[in-house]
Amino acid sequence: MMPSIFDKIATLGPEMILGLGACLCLGLGLAPNIAVRRSCALVAWLTLLLAFFFIKDESSVLFAAAGMTAYIKRAIVGLGLLLLMAVLTLPSQWTGTLDEEHLHHRFDPALAFRGEFFAFFLLSLAGTMLTAGASDLVWLFLSLELASLPTYVMIAISRQRVEAYEAAVKYFFLGAFAVALFLFGFTLIYGASGATDFAAIRRSILFAGQPSALMIVGLALAVLGISFKIAAFPMHFYAPDVYQGAAAPIAAFLAFVPKTAGFVALMLLLNIPETLPPALLGLIAVQAVLTMTVGNVLGLLQTSVKRMLAYSSIAHSGYMLLGLLAPPMLIPVAGPGSALGNGYAGILFYLVAYGLATVAAFAVIALLERNGEEADHFDDMAGLAYRHPVLATILLLSVFSLMGLPPLVGFAGKVYLFGSVFSRANVYPWFVWLVVIAVINSAVSGVYYLRLAGVCFFESPKDRLELVTSPTRWLAACAAAVLVTALGIVANPLVSASRSAFMPPQPSSTAAIPPARSAAPASVPTWPTTTTPQSTSPTF
Amino acid sequence: MDMAALLNWMIFLPLIGGVLCLAVASRQAARQVALWTSIATFVLSVILAAGYYGQGYAGVQFVTQLRWIDSINVEYRTGVDGLSLPLVLLTTALSVLVVIASWDIQKAAKAYLALYLFLMTGMLGVFLALDLFLFYVFFEVSLLPMYFLIGVWGGPRKEYAAIKFFLYTLFGSICLLVVMLGIYFFTPEAAAGGASGGGQNTWDMIRLQTDPAIGALFARGGPHWGFAKLAFWLTLIAFLVKLPGVPFHTWLPDAHVEAPTPISMILAGVLLKMGGYAMMRITWPFFPDAAILFWKCAAGLGVISIVYGAFCAMAQADWKKLVAYSSVSHMGYVLLGLAVLTRAGFDGAYYQMIAHGITSAMMFFLVGVVYDRAHHRQIDRLGGLWLKWPAYSGWAAVGFFAAMGLPGLCGFVGEVMVLLGTFQAVGNPGFPTALVYTYGVLAASGVILTAGYILWMFQRVYMGPQRAEYAGYEPVKGREYFIMVTLGLAALVFGVVPYLVFVMTNPTFDGIMKIISVAVPAAQTALGG
Repeated sequence: MMPSIFDKIATLGPEMILGLGACLCLGLGLAPNIAVRRSCALVAWLTLLLAFFFIKDESSVLFAAAGMTAYIKRAIVGLGLLLLMAVLTLPSQWTGTLDEEHLHHRFDPALAFRGEFFAFFLLSLAGTMLTAGASDLVWLFLSLELASLPTYVMIAISRQRVEAYEAAVKYFFLGAFAVALFLFGFTLIYGASGATDFAAIRRSILFAGQPSALMIVGLALAVLGISFKIAAFPMHFYAPDVYQGAAAPIAAFLAFVPKTAGFVALMLLLNIPETLPPALLGLIAVQAVLTMTVGNVLGLLQTSVKRMLAYSSIAHSGYMLLGLLAPPMLIPVAGPGSALGNGYAGILFYLVAYGLATVAAFAVIALLERNGEEADHFDDMAGLAYRHPVLATILLLSVFSLMGLPPLVGFAGKVYLFGSVFSRANVYPWFVWLVVIAVINSAVSGVYYLRLAGVCFFESPKDRLELVTSPTRWLAACAAAVLVTALGIVANPLVSASRSAFMPPQPSSTAAIPPARSAAPASVPTWPTTTTPQSTSPTF
Repeated sequence: MDMAALLNWMIFLPLIGGVLCLAVASRQAARQVALWTSIATFVLSVILAAGYYGQGYAGVQFVTQLRWIDSINVEYRTGVDGLSLPLVLLTTALSVLVVIASWDIQKAAKAYLALYLFLMTGMLGVFLALDLFLFYVFFEVSLLPMYFLIGVWGGPRKEYAAIKFFLYTLFGSICLLVVMLGIYFFTPEAAAGGASGGGQNTWDMIRLQTDPAIGALFARGGPHWGFAKLAFWLTLIAFLVKLPGVPFHTWLPDAHVEAPTPISMILAGVLLKMGGYAMMRITWPFFPDAAILFWKCAAGLGVISIVYGAFCAMAQADWKKLVAYSSVSHMGYVLLGLAVLTRAGFDGAYYQMIAHGITSAMMFFLVGVVYDRAHHRQIDRLGGLWLKWPAYSGWAAVGFFAAMGLPGLCGFVGEVMVLLGTFQAVGNPGFPTALVYTYGVLAASGVILTAGYILWMFQRVYMGPQRAEYAGYEPVKGREYFIMVTLGLAALVFGVVPYLVFVMTNPTFDGIMKIISVAVPAAQTALGG
């Protein structure tokens, strides 16, 4: 029997909690008492915490990929907790008047009495979580929009500066253009298959034998539109401006949350056809190579740390796009017992690895200021190690993880991702060259990451840096840095969790492990336990 | 005592010591911690060596095997064999001397010593890891402390030198990563004839060397011969950067010139050896057929390194840069010795690494002693040091002449064996006589060039009349004499009794040569020899 839509809605507990929390924040944000207004942040944080405990592993009937849904929900809420902590600063006093709002020019929702900020924050996270649960084009579209729309406002109100407004407007118009593109793609997919349900579309393709040209064009347009969310070529060029214009914690949010939503949408869409049509395969391969190359080459030229991190965000999207070329298969490619070979699982792992490192880096930037402005220039970071050794170490761990240096989590992520692409070299020998290009790109990216590390550690300190008072931001930066290290050394739990995300769920499965915790239960093997002999003989 | 546990303690003891260095209150305490940690590590390595002798010189001993990242078959696997043991001893012994040499470092001494001890963990890990993934991790981990040690404690262009060093090595190790992935995905095919664990992906370095089924995959005409050819080059580049060999050597002079003296000692003494060691552990035994196919290029690069490095050294006005280029020249013998695929060449290459570990560390220290007092390294502004410090200059003569390859000192053995091995290759299939002779003669001319630049330098620095500015220089300290005398005696001992090293390496090298010589008949047929 087909499950009804109500069965599915019943699984949306965490999202509903976030929605309710958002409403509460909106209401509290209007309270006449300022102390009440300021409690919005705490309400939002507790809402996230509550939602975290309501995330369950769901049955596969209701979802396109049930394991992934739970994994993504946990990742989003877990990192959302860190992101929210990175947003907050400590008010110097708990009482005040509404007029004080105009005195604060830097980003500080806790000081600026803005309940709506936290409401939007929660709604965007809820949208991303809903994306992961999509099994239908309409659902996918709506949830993607729910994930994106709040971010436009969040950028605009994050700083009272014209750059922030400019960034928001730029982001909004390009976003609208991207939406039009992927909506057009969705229409074509619907036109080609007559269905919006993923399973039905898949059946129609199976029935026809191969995807029709209309279907391929539709998917390609959808991929192109979603490229905006993940900041991939050719929809990448907004990223540096927007990241620079937005406050640093919001930039971290933009680097992680919409990217996650975008990749989840891409994985769901591209998993619809049984095998990826060659045209799409080529498109994504070319897009991946261009994205990582553009990101890394332009990253070399930056003098602003935020712009540099924006280009790094583009480059990392390029690496993750490669993972789309190795969709999960029923027969393990890489021999029994190996996790390598599933690019989608690689993407899931990499998203968390990238998110943690990025949160750590942006939180450090947000903690430093020069003359009341964010310390964003490379020169501002000079000699950071001598002034604030802990912050410099956190930044160091973050960039080294992004660079892919063992034993940090970024390295495990790169092995996982590139290894999965390599595993398909038996079918497509040219994938080896993709891996070669990707690792060369990693080496190139080392130049700008090292430059940042070098500025922090090798140059003599300047007097201009001040520290922002924000214990929660400190905590977020430290927690992210610790996780970057811990999940690199003890990579097994997260690897198993991401791998089992694309396996048929087992009864009372504990396989999906919350990424925000390093202490995790023993790994649960989820490949079929019977050894499947390798059916293909890869040739180089 | 459980030797496997001892081996692991040896790897991680410096790490613990490093953390302790950061924790203790005073600089002096940190120095004591660093000194005693390195001494303890040295003692552990000596116990390990004694234990290894007791095992009847068999293959890999004291193996620890723990599951690490199960889902991608990564294991924590360590062990020691004849290939790694002498280098481990070199590392731990040199480390003690380097800590002593670092005694006068004032700037952030605690962080310096901690980073140095972390570096020790990285170096020992590289030599003792038996899982390719673990090897890669240690290979990279050893990069980081060095990056900071050059970048923070270095000279005027430290930032440039540190980043250049890091990027070159990063580029190299990333080449290795591609090969690692390839090996991982191709090994399950070795299921049929596999000795053990058939059908499993593996990163077990010993199995990758010795399992004939895996060897067949990468053999000439095997299913992955194309990959093996690519992989040979990728791994060669990866380790050529570290060795360093022409054309990937340009980071080395920069790094050495900027690095503080003790760091130069360990960089030349041990870190470069990681490149040679990895070639002997990975490049040649994993892809023996490709090594035969490309021996001309590899040996050619070795010869170019020898000759070009020597000419560069001759042209330097900066004393330390001269010593740095001499490293390029000396490490060229390692590459040549490996490439010619003879037992003498292999032995010579290995001995050259040990000898160079002693002499290069000593040379950098000798330069450092003068630099600490003169605050410059311009050869033409020095001269007549012998009259100022006769005892120091006597030991300097030992060090520089050992590097020059004077018979009776350690540098001689390696060079001669490599040359011997090169000429022995004449007549082997695929080794045209004319080419081998050319290589041999060119490499031998390197010995003369080396004598040229070292003697010329020695004359300009130590001979002649004293300079007036020497008057204010403080005398050479007892601590400095200790380092010089230790290294000088080592140069002497290893020059006279090379057996000390070969007794450890012989059984292992027998095994490795068997792998490579198995490959020779295959080439014989293919090349019509």
